[in-house]
Amino acid sequence: MKKRQFYNKNYLEYVKGISPKTNEKRSLFRAFIVGGFICCIGQAVRYALEGIFQLKGDELSAYVSLVMIFLGAFLTGLGVYDRIGKFAGGGSIVPITGFANSVVSPAMEFKTEGYIYGTAAKMFIVAGPIIVFGVAGSVLVGLVYYVGYMIF
Amino acid sequence: MSRTIFFRNKPIILETASIGGPKESKGCLKDYIERKLDDDLFDEKSFEKAESKMMLAVIKKVIEKAKLDDVNIDSIIAGDLLNQIISSTFAVRNFNTGYLGVYNACATFTEALTIGATLIDGGYMKRVVCSTGSHFSTAERQYRYPLELGSTRPPQAQWTVTGAGALILSNIGDGPKITCATIGKIIDYGVTDANNMGAAMAPAAADTLLYHFTENGFSPNDYDLIITGDLGTLGSRIMKDLLWEKGIDIEKNHVDCGELVYNLAEHEYQGGSGAGCSSMVFCSYFYKLLKEKKLNKILLIATGALLSSVSSQQGESIPGIAHAVVIEN
Repeated sequence: MKKRQFYNKNYLEYVKGISPKTNEKRSLFRAFIVGGFICCIGQAVRYALEGIFQLKGDELSAYVSLVMIFLGAFLTGLGVYDRIGKFAGGGSIVPITGFANSVVSPAMEFKTEGYIYGTAAKMFIVAGPIIVFGVAGSVLVGLVYYVGYMIF
Repeated sequence: MSRTIFFRNKPIILETASIGGPKESKGCLKDYIERKLDDDLFDEKSFEKAESKMMLAVIKKVIEKAKLDDVNIDSIIAGDLLNQIISSTFAVRNFNTGYLGVYNACATFTEALTIGATLIDGGYMKRVVCSTGSHFSTAERQYRYPLELGSTRPPQAQWTVTGAGALILSNIGDGPKITCATIGKIIDYGVTDANNMGAAMAPAAADTLLYHFTENGFSPNDYDLIITGDLGTLGSRIMKDLLWEKGIDIEKNHVDCGELVYNLAEHEYQGGSGAGCSSMVFCSYFYKLLKEKKLNKILLIATGALLSSVSSQQGESIPGIAHAVVIEN
Protein backbone atom coordinates (compact mmCIF):
# COMPACT_ATOMS: atom_id res chain seq x y z
CA MET A 1 0.00 0.00 0.00
CA LYS A 2 1.39 3.36 -1.01
CA LYS A 3 1.47 5.86 1.79
CA ARG A 4 -0.83 8.80 1.07
CA GLN A 5 -0.08 12.42 1.80
CA PHE A 6 -2.73 14.54 3.48
CA TYR A 7 -1.05 17.81 2.67
CA ASN A 8 -0.65 19.68 -0.57
CA LYS A 9 1.27 22.94 -0.24
CA ASN A 10 0.56 24.16 -3.76
CA TYR A 11 -3.16 23.62 -3.32
CA LEU A 12 -3.31 25.40 0.02
CA GLU A 13 -1.47 28.40 -1.43
CA TYR A 14 -3.82 28.45 -4.39
CA VAL A 15 -6.87 28.32 -2.06
CA LYS A 16 -5.44 31.14 0.01
CA GLY A 17 -5.05 33.23 -3.11
CA ILE A 18 -8.51 32.56 -4.48
CA SER A 19 -10.57 32.82 -1.25
CA PRO A 20 -12.39 36.12 -0.73
CA LYS A 21 -10.85 38.37 1.90
CA THR A 22 -12.65 40.07 4.74
CA ASN A 23 -13.03 43.76 3.98
CA GLU A 24 -10.82 45.03 6.81
CA LYS A 25 -11.50 48.75 6.41
CA ARG A 26 -15.25 48.21 6.47
CA SER A 27 -15.04 45.81 9.46
CA LEU A 28 -12.85 48.20 11.44
CA PHE A 29 -15.11 51.15 10.67
CA ARG A 30 -18.25 49.28 11.71
CA ALA A 31 -16.59 47.95 14.87
CA PHE A 32 -15.45 51.48 15.77
CA ILE A 33 -18.89 53.02 15.27
CA VAL A 34 -20.90 50.34 17.11
CA GLY A 35 -18.29 49.75 19.82
CA GLY A 36 -18.05 53.49 20.39
CA PHE A 37 -21.81 53.82 20.52
CA ILE A 38 -22.05 51.09 23.19
CA CYS A 39 -19.37 52.90 25.21
CA CYS A 40 -21.34 56.16 24.87
CA ILE A 41 -24.39 54.42 26.29
CA GLY A 42 -22.20 53.16 29.16
CA GLN A 43 -21.00 56.71 29.80
CA ALA A 44 -24.56 58.03 29.73
CA VAL A 45 -25.61 55.38 32.24
CA ARG A 46 -22.67 56.44 34.39
CA TYR A 47 -23.73 60.11 34.39
CA ALA A 48 -27.32 59.14 35.08
CA LEU A 49 -26.44 56.95 38.06
CA GLU A 50 -24.08 59.63 39.37
CA GLY A 51 -26.69 62.34 39.03
CA ILE A 52 -29.78 60.49 40.21
CA PHE A 53 -28.44 58.13 42.90
CA GLN A 54 -25.32 60.08 43.90
CA LEU A 55 -23.11 56.96 43.50
CA LYS A 56 -19.32 57.30 43.58
CA GLY A 57 -16.10 55.39 42.82
CA ASP A 58 -16.12 51.58 42.80
CA GLU A 59 -19.80 51.38 43.60
CA LEU A 60 -20.63 53.54 40.60
CA SER A 61 -18.54 51.46 38.15
CA ALA A 62 -20.05 48.22 39.50
CA TYR A 63 -23.57 49.52 38.89
CA VAL A 64 -22.69 50.73 35.38
CA SER A 65 -21.35 47.24 34.55
CA LEU A 66 -24.51 45.69 35.97
CA VAL A 67 -26.76 47.85 33.82
CA MET A 68 -24.70 47.14 30.67
CA ILE A 69 -24.69 43.37 31.35
CA PHE A 70 -28.44 43.50 31.78
CA LEU A 71 -28.85 45.36 28.49
CA GLY A 72 -26.64 42.82 26.65
CA ALA A 73 -28.54 39.88 28.12
CA PHE A 74 -31.91 41.50 27.42
CA LEU A 75 -31.09 42.22 23.78
CA THR A 76 -29.80 38.63 23.38
CA GLY A 77 -33.09 37.34 24.76
CA LEU A 78 -34.99 39.47 22.27
CA GLY A 79 -32.86 38.06 19.45
CA VAL A 80 -31.44 41.46 18.54
CA TYR A 81 -27.84 41.17 19.73
CA ASP A 82 -26.77 38.56 17.16
CA ARG A 83 -27.96 40.92 14.43
CA ILE A 84 -25.94 43.77 15.90
CA GLY A 85 -23.01 41.33 16.11
CA LYS A 86 -23.34 40.32 12.49
CA PHE A 87 -22.99 43.96 11.51
CA ALA A 88 -20.46 45.15 14.07
CA GLY A 89 -18.15 42.14 14.55
CA GLY A 90 -15.58 42.97 17.25
CA GLY A 91 -17.41 46.21 18.06
CA SER A 92 -20.12 44.34 19.91
CA ILE A 93 -17.99 41.41 21.18
CA VAL A 94 -15.37 43.39 23.13
CA PRO A 95 -17.62 45.55 25.39
CA ILE A 96 -19.13 43.93 28.49
CA THR A 97 -22.47 43.58 26.65
CA GLY A 98 -20.71 41.04 24.38
CA PHE A 99 -19.69 39.06 27.44
CA ALA A 100 -23.32 38.97 28.58
CA ASN A 101 -24.29 37.80 25.08
CA SER A 102 -21.73 34.98 25.17
CA VAL A 103 -23.22 33.66 28.44
CA VAL A 104 -26.90 34.12 27.66
CA SER A 105 -26.87 32.73 24.10
CA PRO A 106 -25.69 29.18 25.00
CA ALA A 107 -27.92 29.24 28.10
CA MET A 108 -30.92 29.85 25.83
CA GLU A 109 -29.78 27.45 23.16
CA PHE A 110 -29.20 24.43 25.39
CA LYS A 111 -32.44 24.83 27.32
CA THR A 112 -33.77 21.95 25.20
CA GLU A 113 -31.43 19.57 27.07
CA GLY A 114 -32.90 20.58 30.44
CA TYR A 115 -31.98 23.19 33.05
CA ILE A 116 -29.18 21.18 34.70
CA TYR A 117 -27.36 19.41 31.86
CA GLY A 118 -28.38 22.00 29.30
CA THR A 119 -28.65 25.59 30.48
CA ALA A 120 -26.47 25.37 33.60
CA ALA A 121 -23.79 23.05 32.21
CA LYS A 122 -23.41 24.72 28.83
CA MET A 123 -23.79 28.33 29.99
CA PHE A 124 -20.04 29.02 30.01
CA ILE A 125 -19.19 27.12 26.86
CA VAL A 126 -18.18 30.35 25.09
CA ALA A 127 -17.35 32.59 28.07
CA GLY A 128 -15.46 29.88 30.00
CA PRO A 129 -12.05 30.58 28.45
CA ILE A 130 -12.52 34.34 29.01
CA ILE A 131 -13.17 33.76 32.71
CA VAL A 132 -10.31 31.26 33.14
CA PHE A 133 -7.72 33.43 31.41
CA GLY A 134 -9.14 36.58 33.00
CA VAL A 135 -8.74 35.16 36.51
CA ALA A 136 -5.34 33.60 35.74
CA GLY A 137 -4.15 36.85 34.15
CA SER A 138 -5.30 38.98 37.07
CA VAL A 139 -3.54 36.66 39.57
CA LEU A 140 -0.33 36.96 37.52
CA VAL A 141 -0.54 40.75 37.34
CA GLY A 142 -1.32 40.87 41.06
CA LEU A 143 1.79 38.79 41.82
CA VAL A 144 4.03 40.98 39.67
CA TYR A 145 2.59 44.08 41.33
CA TYR A 146 3.06 42.58 44.83
CA VAL A 147 6.66 41.49 44.20
CA GLY A 148 7.48 44.80 42.52
CA TYR A 149 6.04 46.68 45.49
CA MET A 150 8.16 44.60 47.95
CA ILE A 151 11.40 45.28 46.06
CA PHE A 152 11.03 48.98 45.23
CA MET B 1 -12.20 -3.97 -10.35
CA SER B 2 -13.52 -0.49 -10.69
CA ARG B 3 -15.05 2.24 -8.57
CA THR B 4 -17.75 2.66 -11.21
CA ILE B 5 -20.84 0.45 -11.11
CA PHE B 6 -22.98 -0.01 -14.22
CA PHE B 7 -26.50 -1.07 -13.32
CA ARG B 8 -27.85 -3.69 -15.71
CA ASN B 9 -31.43 -3.59 -14.47
CA LYS B 10 -31.49 0.22 -14.16
CA PRO B 11 -33.42 1.03 -10.96
CA ILE B 12 -36.24 3.52 -11.52
CA ILE B 13 -36.93 6.65 -9.49
CA LEU B 14 -40.69 6.32 -9.03
CA GLU B 15 -41.46 9.42 -7.01
CA THR B 16 -39.81 12.18 -5.01
CA ALA B 17 -40.87 14.49 -2.21
CA SER B 18 -39.23 17.62 -0.83
CA ILE B 19 -39.60 20.02 2.05
CA GLY B 20 -37.90 23.36 2.65
CA GLY B 21 -37.47 25.78 5.55
CA PRO B 22 -38.69 29.40 5.50
CA LYS B 23 -35.53 30.83 3.92
CA GLU B 24 -35.32 28.09 1.28
CA SER B 25 -39.02 28.51 0.45
CA LYS B 26 -38.36 32.12 -0.47
CA GLY B 27 -35.35 31.23 -2.61
CA CYS B 28 -35.00 30.45 -6.30
CA LEU B 29 -36.70 27.07 -5.95
CA LYS B 30 -39.86 28.39 -4.31
CA ASP B 31 -42.06 27.13 -7.15
CA TYR B 32 -40.61 23.63 -7.00
CA ILE B 33 -40.33 22.79 -3.31
CA GLU B 34 -43.42 20.76 -2.43
CA ARG B 35 -43.93 21.63 1.17
CA LYS B 36 -42.84 25.00 2.45
CA LEU B 37 -42.46 25.66 6.16
CA ASP B 38 -43.08 29.13 7.57
CA ASP B 39 -41.64 28.15 10.93
CA ASP B 40 -38.29 26.38 11.15
CA LEU B 41 -39.36 24.72 14.43
CA PHE B 42 -42.12 22.83 12.52
CA ASP B 43 -44.36 22.90 15.66
CA GLU B 44 -41.76 21.00 17.67
CA LYS B 45 -39.93 21.83 20.88
CA SER B 46 -36.42 21.63 19.50
CA PHE B 47 -34.66 22.06 16.15
CA GLU B 48 -33.45 18.44 16.27
CA LYS B 49 -37.05 17.24 16.56
CA ALA B 50 -38.00 19.57 13.71
CA GLU B 51 -35.28 18.12 11.48
CA SER B 52 -36.46 14.60 12.23
CA LYS B 53 -40.06 15.60 11.56
CA MET B 54 -39.07 17.05 8.18
CA MET B 55 -37.51 13.72 7.21
CA LEU B 56 -40.54 11.84 8.48
CA ALA B 57 -42.79 14.11 6.43
CA VAL B 58 -40.91 13.60 3.14
CA ILE B 59 -40.60 9.81 3.55
CA LYS B 60 -44.31 9.56 4.38
CA LYS B 61 -45.18 11.79 1.46
CA VAL B 62 -43.10 9.89 -1.10
CA ILE B 63 -44.62 6.55 -0.08
CA GLU B 64 -48.08 8.10 -0.27
CA LYS B 65 -47.37 9.63 -3.71
CA ALA B 66 -46.31 6.25 -5.08
CA LYS B 67 -49.65 4.89 -3.80
CA LEU B 68 -47.89 2.41 -1.55
CA ASP B 69 -47.81 1.57 2.12
CA ASP B 70 -44.72 1.18 4.32
CA VAL B 71 -45.11 -2.62 4.23
CA ASN B 72 -44.45 -2.43 0.46
CA ILE B 73 -41.08 -0.80 1.10
CA ASP B 74 -38.23 -3.22 1.69
CA SER B 75 -35.82 -0.78 3.18
CA ILE B 76 -35.22 2.89 3.95
CA ILE B 77 -31.71 4.28 3.52
CA ALA B 78 -31.33 7.62 5.26
CA GLY B 79 -28.76 9.95 6.73
CA ASP B 80 -28.20 13.45 8.11
CA LEU B 81 -25.51 15.58 9.69
CA LEU B 82 -26.21 15.18 13.40
CA ASN B 83 -24.18 13.04 15.78
CA GLN B 84 -25.24 9.37 15.51
CA ILE B 85 -27.58 10.44 12.65
CA ILE B 86 -30.47 10.86 15.09
CA SER B 87 -32.77 12.73 12.73
CA SER B 88 -32.93 9.81 10.30
CA THR B 89 -33.18 7.16 12.99
CA PHE B 90 -36.00 8.87 14.86
CA ALA B 91 -37.86 9.53 11.62
CA VAL B 92 -37.55 5.95 10.33
CA ARG B 93 -38.60 4.35 13.63
CA ASN B 94 -42.17 5.20 12.60
CA PHE B 95 -42.03 2.83 9.64
CA ASN B 96 -42.41 -0.92 9.44
CA THR B 97 -39.40 -1.46 7.16
CA GLY B 98 -35.71 -2.24 7.13
CA TYR B 99 -33.35 0.63 7.85
CA LEU B 100 -29.82 1.44 6.80
CA GLY B 101 -28.40 4.58 8.37
CA VAL B 102 -25.62 6.10 6.29
CA TYR B 103 -23.25 9.01 6.79
CA ASN B 104 -20.98 10.78 4.34
CA ALA B 105 -21.73 14.34 5.47
CA CYS B 106 -23.24 16.29 2.58
CA ALA B 107 -22.48 13.45 0.12
CA THR B 108 -24.90 11.17 1.98
CA PHE B 109 -27.61 11.56 -0.64
CA THR B 110 -25.67 10.04 -3.54
CA GLU B 111 -24.21 7.44 -1.17
CA ALA B 112 -27.75 6.37 -0.25
CA LEU B 113 -28.73 6.35 -3.94
CA THR B 114 -25.74 4.16 -4.84
CA ILE B 115 -26.53 1.64 -2.10
CA GLY B 116 -30.24 1.63 -2.89
CA ALA B 117 -29.67 1.21 -6.62
CA THR B 118 -27.21 -1.64 -5.97
CA LEU B 119 -29.70 -3.47 -3.74
CA ILE B 120 -32.38 -3.23 -6.41
CA ASP B 121 -30.08 -3.98 -9.32
CA GLY B 122 -28.86 -7.14 -7.61
CA GLY B 123 -32.45 -8.28 -7.29
CA TYR B 124 -32.30 -8.33 -3.50
CA MET B 125 -34.99 -5.72 -2.98
CA LYS B 126 -37.94 -4.34 -4.90
CA ARG B 127 -38.49 -0.91 -3.43
CA VAL B 128 -36.13 1.26 -1.46
CA VAL B 129 -36.61 4.77 -0.10
CA CYS B 130 -33.56 7.06 0.05
CA SER B 131 -33.73 10.23 2.11
CA THR B 132 -31.45 12.86 3.62
CA GLY B 133 -32.08 16.10 5.46
CA SER B 134 -30.38 18.90 7.33
CA HIS B 135 -31.34 21.91 9.42
CA PHE B 136 -29.45 25.18 9.73
CA SER B 137 -30.02 25.56 13.47
CA THR B 138 -28.99 22.03 14.46
CA ALA B 139 -25.85 22.09 12.31
CA GLU B 140 -24.92 25.54 13.60
CA ARG B 141 -25.23 24.32 17.16
CA GLN B 142 -23.26 21.13 16.60
CA TYR B 143 -20.44 22.49 14.44
CA ARG B 144 -20.24 26.18 15.28
CA TYR B 145 -21.65 28.62 17.85
CA PRO B 146 -25.01 29.18 19.56
CA LEU B 147 -27.52 30.91 17.30
CA GLU B 148 -27.90 34.07 19.37
CA LEU B 149 -24.17 34.66 19.75
CA GLY B 150 -23.22 37.91 18.07
CA SER B 151 -20.45 36.57 15.87
CA THR B 152 -19.65 37.27 12.22
CA ARG B 153 -19.24 34.77 9.42
CA PRO B 154 -16.17 34.90 7.21
CA PRO B 155 -16.83 35.55 3.48
CA GLN B 156 -15.92 31.97 2.47
CA ALA B 157 -18.62 30.45 4.74
CA GLN B 158 -21.71 28.60 3.56
CA TRP B 159 -25.22 28.32 4.96
CA THR B 160 -26.65 24.93 5.96
CA VAL B 161 -29.90 24.26 4.14
CA THR B 162 -33.03 23.63 6.21
CA GLY B 163 -34.74 21.00 4.17
CA ALA B 164 -35.08 17.36 3.25
CA GLY B 165 -35.78 15.22 0.24
CA ALA B 166 -36.80 11.62 -0.29
CA LEU B 167 -37.19 9.41 -3.32
CA ILE B 168 -38.39 5.94 -3.97
CA LEU B 169 -36.35 3.48 -6.07
CA SER B 170 -38.09 0.57 -7.68
CA ASN B 171 -37.33 -2.37 -9.99
CA ILE B 172 -40.46 -1.74 -12.09
CA GLY B 173 -42.41 1.34 -13.11
CA ASP B 174 -41.97 4.55 -15.06
CA GLY B 175 -39.52 7.32 -14.45
CA PRO B 176 -35.90 8.38 -14.74
CA LYS B 177 -33.42 5.54 -14.20
CA ILE B 178 -30.15 5.28 -12.35
CA THR B 179 -27.74 3.75 -14.84
CA CYS B 180 -24.33 4.18 -13.32
CA ALA B 181 -22.57 5.25 -10.12
CA THR B 182 -18.99 6.17 -9.31
CA ILE B 183 -17.94 5.76 -5.69
CA GLY B 184 -15.69 8.52 -4.44
CA LYS B 185 -12.31 8.37 -2.80
CA ILE B 186 -11.41 10.36 0.30
CA ILE B 187 -9.18 13.24 -0.73
CA ASP B 188 -7.46 15.40 1.87
CA TYR B 189 -5.21 18.23 0.73
CA GLY B 190 -4.76 19.62 4.22
CA VAL B 191 -7.44 22.32 4.39
CA THR B 192 -8.08 23.04 8.07
CA ASP B 193 -10.45 26.01 7.84
CA ALA B 194 -13.85 24.60 8.86
CA ASN B 195 -15.47 27.69 7.33
CA ASN B 196 -14.04 26.92 3.92
CA MET B 197 -15.74 23.64 3.14
CA GLY B 198 -15.85 24.35 -0.58
CA ALA B 199 -12.06 24.26 -0.72
CA ALA B 200 -12.00 21.03 1.33
CA MET B 201 -14.51 19.23 -0.91
CA ALA B 202 -13.52 20.51 -4.36
CA PRO B 203 -10.49 18.16 -4.81
CA ALA B 204 -12.67 15.14 -3.99
CA ALA B 205 -15.29 16.22 -6.53
CA ALA B 206 -12.59 16.80 -9.14
CA ASP B 207 -11.08 13.37 -8.40
CA THR B 208 -14.41 11.53 -8.73
CA LEU B 209 -15.27 13.36 -11.96
CA LEU B 210 -11.81 12.72 -13.40
CA TYR B 211 -12.11 9.03 -12.58
CA HIS B 212 -15.63 8.87 -13.98
CA PHE B 213 -14.59 10.46 -17.28
CA THR B 214 -11.17 8.96 -17.90
CA GLU B 215 -11.67 5.41 -16.61
CA ASN B 216 -14.94 4.93 -18.45
CA GLY B 217 -14.18 6.97 -21.55
CA PHE B 218 -17.00 9.46 -20.95
CA SER B 219 -16.85 13.16 -21.65
CA PRO B 220 -18.68 16.10 -20.01
CA ASN B 221 -20.61 16.57 -23.27
CA ASP B 222 -22.35 13.22 -22.70
CA TYR B 223 -24.41 14.92 -20.00
CA ASP B 224 -27.07 17.60 -20.20
CA LEU B 225 -25.99 18.79 -16.77
CA ILE B 226 -23.32 17.98 -14.25
CA ILE B 227 -24.82 18.83 -10.86
CA THR B 228 -22.59 19.15 -7.81
CA GLY B 229 -24.08 19.03 -4.33
CA ASP B 230 -22.91 21.92 -2.22
CA LEU B 231 -19.53 23.16 -3.32
CA GLY B 232 -20.78 26.73 -3.29
CA THR B 233 -19.44 29.49 -5.51
CA LEU B 234 -15.84 29.25 -4.35
CA GLY B 235 -15.74 25.43 -4.28
CA SER B 236 -17.21 25.21 -7.80
CA ARG B 237 -14.60 27.59 -9.11
CA ILE B 238 -11.79 25.54 -7.50
CA MET B 239 -13.19 22.26 -8.83
CA LYS B 240 -13.46 23.66 -12.36
CA ASP B 241 -9.88 24.96 -12.11
CA LEU B 242 -8.62 21.56 -10.97
CA LEU B 243 -10.41 19.78 -13.82
CA TRP B 244 -9.28 22.39 -16.34
CA GLU B 245 -5.71 21.62 -15.34
CA LYS B 246 -6.31 17.99 -16.31
CA GLY B 247 -7.82 19.00 -19.64
CA ILE B 248 -11.50 18.60 -18.78
CA ASP B 249 -13.83 21.55 -19.23
CA ILE B 250 -17.21 21.34 -17.50
CA GLU B 251 -17.83 25.09 -17.36
CA LYS B 252 -20.81 25.17 -19.72
CA ASN B 253 -22.90 22.35 -18.27
CA HIS B 254 -22.05 22.56 -14.60
CA VAL B 255 -24.46 23.73 -11.92
CA ASP B 256 -24.19 23.61 -8.12
CA CYS B 257 -27.20 22.92 -5.87
CA GLY B 258 -25.77 25.16 -3.13
CA GLU B 259 -25.54 28.09 -5.53
CA LEU B 260 -29.14 27.53 -6.67
CA VAL B 261 -30.90 27.47 -3.33
CA TYR B 262 -30.81 31.09 -2.19
CA ASN B 263 -31.77 34.27 -3.98
CA LEU B 264 -28.95 36.61 -3.25
CA ALA B 265 -25.92 35.23 -1.54
CA GLU B 266 -25.73 37.94 1.07
CA HIS B 267 -25.70 36.32 4.47
CA GLU B 268 -25.05 32.92 2.95
CA TYR B 269 -21.92 34.10 1.10
CA GLN B 270 -20.89 31.03 -0.95
CA GLY B 271 -24.35 29.40 -1.04
CA GLY B 272 -26.13 26.51 0.66
CA SER B 273 -24.62 23.34 2.08
CA GLY B 274 -25.69 20.35 4.15
CA ALA B 275 -27.02 16.85 3.62
CA GLY B 276 -30.43 18.27 2.78
CA CYS B 277 -29.10 20.60 0.06
CA SER B 278 -28.57 18.11 -2.77
CA SER B 279 -31.58 15.97 -1.82
CA MET B 280 -34.00 18.89 -1.55
CA VAL B 281 -32.81 20.45 -4.82
CA PHE B 282 -32.76 17.17 -6.75
CA CYS B 283 -36.10 15.92 -5.42
CA SER B 284 -37.84 19.18 -6.24
CA TYR B 285 -36.25 20.92 -9.22
CA PHE B 286 -34.14 18.43 -11.17
CA TYR B 287 -36.54 15.51 -10.84
CA LYS B 288 -39.25 17.68 -12.33
CA LEU B 289 -37.02 18.67 -15.24
CA LEU B 290 -36.18 15.00 -15.86
CA LYS B 291 -39.86 14.07 -15.76
CA GLU B 292 -40.70 16.82 -18.24
CA LYS B 293 -37.84 15.58 -20.47
CA LYS B 294 -36.18 18.99 -20.34
CA LEU B 295 -33.16 17.09 -19.12
CA ASN B 296 -32.40 13.59 -20.30
CA LYS B 297 -29.09 12.63 -18.79
CA ILE B 298 -27.54 14.15 -15.69
CA LEU B 299 -24.58 13.43 -13.48
CA LEU B 300 -25.40 14.14 -9.85
CA ILE B 301 -22.33 14.41 -7.67
CA ALA B 302 -22.89 15.26 -4.01
CA THR B 303 -19.83 16.34 -2.06
CA GLY B 304 -19.12 15.97 1.64
CA ALA B 305 -16.66 17.42 4.14
CA LEU B 306 -16.00 14.66 6.64
CA LEU B 307 -15.11 16.70 9.69
CA SER B 308 -16.40 16.74 13.24
CA SER B 309 -16.10 19.48 15.84
CA VAL B 310 -13.70 17.20 17.78
CA SER B 311 -11.38 16.56 14.82
CA SER B 312 -11.33 20.29 14.04
CA GLN B 313 -10.41 21.19 17.60
CA GLN B 314 -7.62 18.62 17.55
CA GLY B 315 -6.15 20.35 14.52
CA GLU B 316 -7.01 17.66 11.97
CA SER B 317 -7.50 18.63 8.36
CA ILE B 318 -10.83 18.12 6.55
CA PRO B 319 -11.15 15.00 4.36
CA GLY B 320 -13.49 15.42 1.41
CA ILE B 321 -15.58 12.87 -0.47
CA ALA B 322 -17.82 12.90 -3.54
CA HIS B 323 -20.01 10.17 -5.03
CA ALA B 324 -21.44 10.47 -8.52
CA VAL B 325 -24.67 8.98 -9.87
CA VAL B 326 -25.85 9.01 -13.49
CA ILE B 327 -29.59 9.48 -13.94
CA GLU B 328 -31.20 9.31 -17.38
CA ASN B 329 -34.56 8.97 -19.03
